[in-house]
Amino acid sequence: MSTDLASPIPLEAFLSVAAMLFCVGVWGLINSRNAVRVLMSIELMLNAVNINLMAFSDYLDGQLIRGQVFAIFVITVAAAEAAVGLAILLSLYRNRETVDMERFNLLRW
Amino acid sequence: MSIASTTQQICFLVLSATTVVGSLGVVLLPNIVYSAFLLGGVFLSVAGLYLLLNASFVAAAQILVYVGAVNVLILFAIMLVNKQETLAAIPGLLVRRLLSGAVCAGLFALLLRVAFTTNWALPGPPPVGEEATIRIGEHLFTDYLLPFELASVLLLMAMIGAIVLARRDVFSTDVITGEPADQGLIEKDRTPLLIEKSAPAPTLLSKP
Repeated sequence: MSTDLASPIPLEAFLSVAAMLFCVGVWGLINSRNAVRVLMSIELMLNAVNINLMAFSDYLDGQLIRGQVFAIFVITVAAAEAAVGLAILLSLYRNRETVDMERFNLLRW
Repeated sequence: MSIASTTQQICFLVLSATTVVGSLGVVLLPNIVYSAFLLGGVFLSVAGLYLLLNASFVAAAQILVYVGAVNVLILFAIMLVNKQETLAAIPGLLVRRLLSGAVCAGLFALLLRVAFTTNWALPGPPPVGEEATIRIGEHLFTDYLLPFELASVLLLMAMIGAIVLARRDVFSTDVITGEPADQGLIEKDRTPLLIEKSAPAPTLLSKP
């Protein structure tokens, strides 16, 4: 539907937003003490990857939009991951009575 | 997209600013309920970015799955485990935060350098625009049929796994005698997974 071939937004802008989102997600994954926030950081990272896939699909693969199909699979896996992760979290909370990541160290050393 | 270039640029700026600020809020805010709601805002603005990228179907899927399911699931988990606890102080927490912040900034710089120095094959083929949903359907039922079916199996496995993990073990009692009837659960209760080191290990004889 685009009349002009040159898009008004450069591809690098989308890649920059995705990189920022991914780095914020990595920082949150490392530094969060609350286990729910760790899961949220993982969702942020998955979203960053999805933005990359969609940007490449639109700018470089406009006819066979394989990036969009991949993004749909990533969304599916993320939904499954969130369900299982939160179930593990609930079971962990039932056993340890805490959500502090620093106290989940049974398998450490 | 059939909207003007300036409008697209303004939309992109607003959406990307919302995404970045919201994600920083998700990570940095002390109250986790605010974090969860901000996460919903981040998901919505990412869906807006998808709309700018000619992908209306994936934007709808993003809203349905992420905002409608994952975010609600996270909110329910927060409500279920919402115990106000004072976290024990850890030595060197600030150093750890600064160090990991430096590492993440380095990663960000690396990603930016890759994004800006690579010669992308632009301009690529013209985007299909509104026909994207048809193309996705064709892909899902021809060359991506096996991953599509595997995804359904994966979702089933995740559903059963989540039910098994989050289920509260209930002792079923015998109807006639009133005794606990589920032998597996009785054995599991006698040998708990996480044994306190100070407490003596429970034996089969110590319990009636």
